[in-house]
Order: sequence, then C-alpha cells, then structure tokens
Amino acid sequence: MTVHYTEEHEWIQIEGDTATVGITDFAQGQLGDIVFVELPDAGRQVTKGGEAAVVESVKAASDVYAPVTGEVTEANQALSDDPSLVNSDPEGAGWFFRLRLSNPSELNGLMDAEAYKAFCENQ
Amino acid sequence: MSMNREGRPTRPEAAAGEATATWTGNRALMLEEPLIFEMGEESGTGVDIEDAPRVASRLGGLERNRPIGIPGLSEPQTVRHYTRLSRQNYAIDLGIFPLGSCTMKHNPRLNEKMARLPGFADIHPLQPVDTVQGALELIAELGGWLVKLTGMHSVAMSPKAGAHGELCGLLAIRAALEARGDAREVILVPESAHGTNPATAAFVGYRVESIPADDRGRVDLQVLKARLGPDVAAVMITNPNTCGLFEPDMIAISDAVHAAGGLVYCDGANFNAIVGRVRPGDLGIDAMHINLHKTFSTPHGGGGPGSGPVVFSEALTPFAPLPFVEKQGEHFVLVEEETAGEHHASSFGRMTAFHGQMGMFTRALSYILSHGADGLRQVSGDAVLNANYILRSLEDVLDAPFGASGPCMHEALFSDKGFAEGLSTLDLAKALIDEGFHPMTMYFPLVVHGAMLVEPTETESKAALDQLIGALRSVAERAKAGDESLKAAPIHAPRRRLDETQAARKPVLVWKEPAQAAAAE
Repeated sequence: MTVHYTEEHEWIQIEGDTATVGITDFAQGQLGDIVFVELPDAGRQVTKGGEAAVVESVKAASDVYAPVTGEVTEANQALSDDPSLVNSDPEGAGWFFRLRLSNPSELNGLMDAEAYKAFCENQ
Repeated sequence: MSMNREGRPTRPEAAAGEATATWTGNRALMLEEPLIFEMGEESGTGVDIEDAPRVASRLGGLERNRPIGIPGLSEPQTVRHYTRLSRQNYAIDLGIFPLGSCTMKHNPRLNEKMARLPGFADIHPLQPVDTVQGALELIAELGGWLVKLTGMHSVAMSPKAGAHGELCGLLAIRAALEARGDAREVILVPESAHGTNPATAAFVGYRVESIPADDRGRVDLQVLKARLGPDVAAVMITNPNTCGLFEPDMIAISDAVHAAGGLVYCDGANFNAIVGRVRPGDLGIDAMHINLHKTFSTPHGGGGPGSGPVVFSEALTPFAPLPFVEKQGEHFVLVEEETAGEHHASSFGRMTAFHGQMGMFTRALSYILSHGADGLRQVSGDAVLNANYILRSLEDVLDAPFGASGPCMHEALFSDKGFAEGLSTLDLAKALIDEGFHPMTMYFPLVVHGAMLVEPTETESKAALDQLIGALRSVAERAKAGDESLKAAPIHAPRRRLDETQAARKPVLVWKEPAQAAAAE
C-alpha cells in the first residue's frame, strides 16, 4: 500500500489496480471549514490533471483534480451528509473517490510523503 | 419673580441605577424583533376588503386544506417591523460601505425624485408604445450615453444585472461564432477576473481555463498568448481587475485574441475607475456589461434591483438580444421578434419578458445628466484618488501586495501577511463591525492570501476616509500584536459572531412553527 501526492494537494493511495483519492491535511487546513463536496459518479472517466470533484469551504470553492487517469468506481457518499469529515480525517474517512487505474505508470511523476512534506514547507 | 419648579430637568441625575436590569432586557431603544411569522395572526390585515364570495369549487378535491401561513399584520405593525429590522442593518445611507468591486456609492435623492415621476413610475410594459414615448426616449437616450462613454457600437438594455449581462455578452459571442460555423469550446478567464465570469462561461456551455496573474497582479500576457488557439472562443477579462489594477496590456491582449479568431468580453463592474477617461471600445473589447447599480449610482445591496446593460462592438451588434428601442423618424418603437425583420434576424433571442429595469434607467440617466461629461470624469478621478489615499495611508501597517507596482485604481488591496498566528482576515473584519463600519470584501481576489479589498468610491470625504483608516489601523495593529480578543468580535453588534460553517452545512431555509421545529429536532 503506497501513498502518492500531487502538487495540487491531492493524495492517492494504491491497492492493486484500485486507487483512493482525497485532499491532504495541508489542503484542508488552508481551505478552512469544508461545507460541501461534489463527487463524481461511478463510471465516469477522469483524466490525469482533469477536474474530478469540487470542494467548497467557507472561504472558496476549489476544484479537485484526478491525480491519474482512470474510471471512477465509487464516491464517498458519507461526505454528502457530513463534509466535515474532510476536516477531521482528510487522509482517512474523508476520502473523495476510488478509481481503477488506466495507466499505472502515471504514478511515477507523483511525490512520496517526504517529498510532499518538503513541497508544503516551501508553499 | 415667579419660579416654576415643575419643569423637566436639563441635567442628568447622578448615574444611580446602572446595573439594574430592565423588564425588556436592557435593549433600550433597540428592541429585539421577532420574525414576521411570529407576529400578528392570520386573520389580521392592514387593508379593508370585502370577504371573497363563496363559490362552488371546481378543483375536484385539490383545494388547499391547511391555512396558507401568511402573517397578518396591520399597517403600523408592518411599518414598525421593517423599520426596526432596518435599524439593525447597515446601509450606504448610514456610512461608508467599502466593499471592493461592488462600488457602493451614494444614491442621489434627485434620482429618486426623477424615478417617481408618474410618466416613468406608473406605466406598464404592455401599454401601447404611443402612450410611453417619453419612457422609450429615456431608454434610448441612456443607451446613447452608455455607447458614447464606452466607445462601443450598440447597447442591449434588457439584462437585469451584472451576471445577466455577462450571460448576454457570451450568448452574443456564441451566436457570432456559430454563425460562422466555428464551434469553439474554451473560455479563458484570468485569475484576477470576477468570480461570476467562470460561472457564466460554464453556464453557456463552455469549458473554463484559468490564466495566471503575473507578480504585478496583471494578466500574464505570454501565458495567455501561448494558450490561444482555434478552440478558444473568448477571453473574459475584468478591467480594471479585482486586484484594483488597470491592465496596461489590454490592447495587446485584444489583438492577440482577435488574431486567434476569438472575441473579448470585458467585465465592466469596475468601470467606475475609468468612466470618462478610458473607452473600452478603444481597447478592442467586443462586449462589456455596465452595472448601472455601481457606476451610475442606482441603489443595490438590498436597496433595489440591479441593471446590467451590455455594450457591443460592431462585429457583435447583429447578434444582440431583442427587444430594443429604436427611433424611427420622430417616433420611438420597440423592435421585437415580430417586427425585427431582416436587419436583426441574427439576434440570439430574448433574455427578459420586457425591456429592462425602468426605475434604474431613470435613476442612471438622472445621475449622468446631473454630472455631465466633466462630472463623470471627476467621478473616476475622485474614486481613484480616494482608493490611493487608503492604500498609502495603511501600507505601513497592512501588507499591500501590489503597492510597489504603482497607484491602484478604484480599490486598495491588502493581505493578511504579518498577522499574528491564529488571527485572520475574518477576525479583523468582524472587529471592524465593532468600530461601526461594514467590513470590506474579504478573501477575494483569491490570488492574495487573506485578501482585503477596500473600495471607498468618490462618495467619501477626506474626513470619512480618515475615520475608516483610523479604525482599520487600530484593528490591523491588534491583529499584528496577537490580540486574542479579536476572535470574540463583534461584541457590540445586534448579533455576535455567527457560525458560518454551520449555516452553510445545515442551512435553515424555511421558517417552521416553533412546535414543529422542536418536533423535527
């Protein structure tokens, strides 16, 4: 089980050919209280770097991008009822959606935890 | 001498009862006001009309079987209710309203007088045009001024407000592109544009791509040029932009967009900074909305409806919406679908049932005529001077991210850099309420961290600006010094700090009887 990070502050956790995607603790801290999350429907094709979800906080609405190309298999319906999960457990219960990877080699360009930590410190 | 010892005292007695609670809870003359649904009774009424006659229902069992739930109040109860609520509010008639990019300026009373003239106020949009020639002439004359002030070719008067004007402009752009068989898909929107721009583009069915700002807060021309291509329908640009800065490369931007086959939409919300000095038509713009409720002083923000006429370049004019007023000989006519004929066959259609916001047209023309061309030029000069006075008076205590790139336009932009850990722009804004001011626009534009956008407009005197500056300086110093009491602000407002998160996550949008609400909990 590996976790990768993007410069757009998404995390992606890989298990076999399935990936779980969410936004990082750093991102939720910057956004402030999350009040609404719009998730992709299962079956939707998303492309690396393309819009996949929308997260709305008291400050602003932001797009969440797909870290890799694939087909959405499941969205975290718990976020519709309780978007505060993104604040309280961003890299756990606050996950956004799962997808089936089309091209696992796309993961190579992403950061690991250590590189992402260094990236955030320079933000 | 005769001495009257019964008159009222003219001096206050010694303050004896300071701590005594009053029966109403120490609200003095600011009484707590219930919701209108909690007042009166359904049978109450302010007008005396006869009961409706009993008729046999033909609704076949679909009649309403519950009370309709409309509050019943007498006229004095109603007047007092809304007057009391208004005293808990803040308005441009009470003080400066420094909302950036909103141009909250004084609404001259002369405009109100003109708008109430029966020939403008007491007419109906379906009246025969022969009976409303004066009103149509007013619409045409105002349109003529807007075309002249912007250096454009034509104007659509019907859009009801800014975002509706954006929609009008983009629909015309889409119609023009489709007419030449050119289905383009992308609209480019700079980061420094108004937030409604990408929403409008998406609504019209375009894909939105963002163009970053450079380190001077302007559109990055090279990035924009590199992105242009056969898929780009238009660029939506706000000039002056939401950083309060003029886009000096505007002509180069327009030229590049046109060379790539696209069109240029300009968000005219910030026209107040340039009215009488810069004509958008000279900058290569194809369509721009004008917020009459900003630049031309018609009331808004709870005070009245907006109005967002759109001016068009010659290229877009054939695609402008119907209806519009046209002078034929000595007669003003409404050009509508049935009468448009060959000339206007390419119009994208109709945006509104009727002709626009008549009351706003009257006020805006009154504003224009009472200022004259020289007065309008002074409006933009004074608005820019006031904003720069604020920028320079506060840049030693608040971070001004683009302060070094020269004067600002109509609004001054600050960031939260230098605030003590844990204190934010929100805390400063709430503390400003305790100082007696409506807060500025905050957390916008998004290109600046913890943004504070202050637009004073030309309305404010130096004395009024100095008061605002004093208050802002005081709260900024507290934020930098780490004064935790800011987190409790506002303390002196009718309501303390509201839970915005809870309001967004669990909004209560429908009033329920208290018993019902308790049962639903």
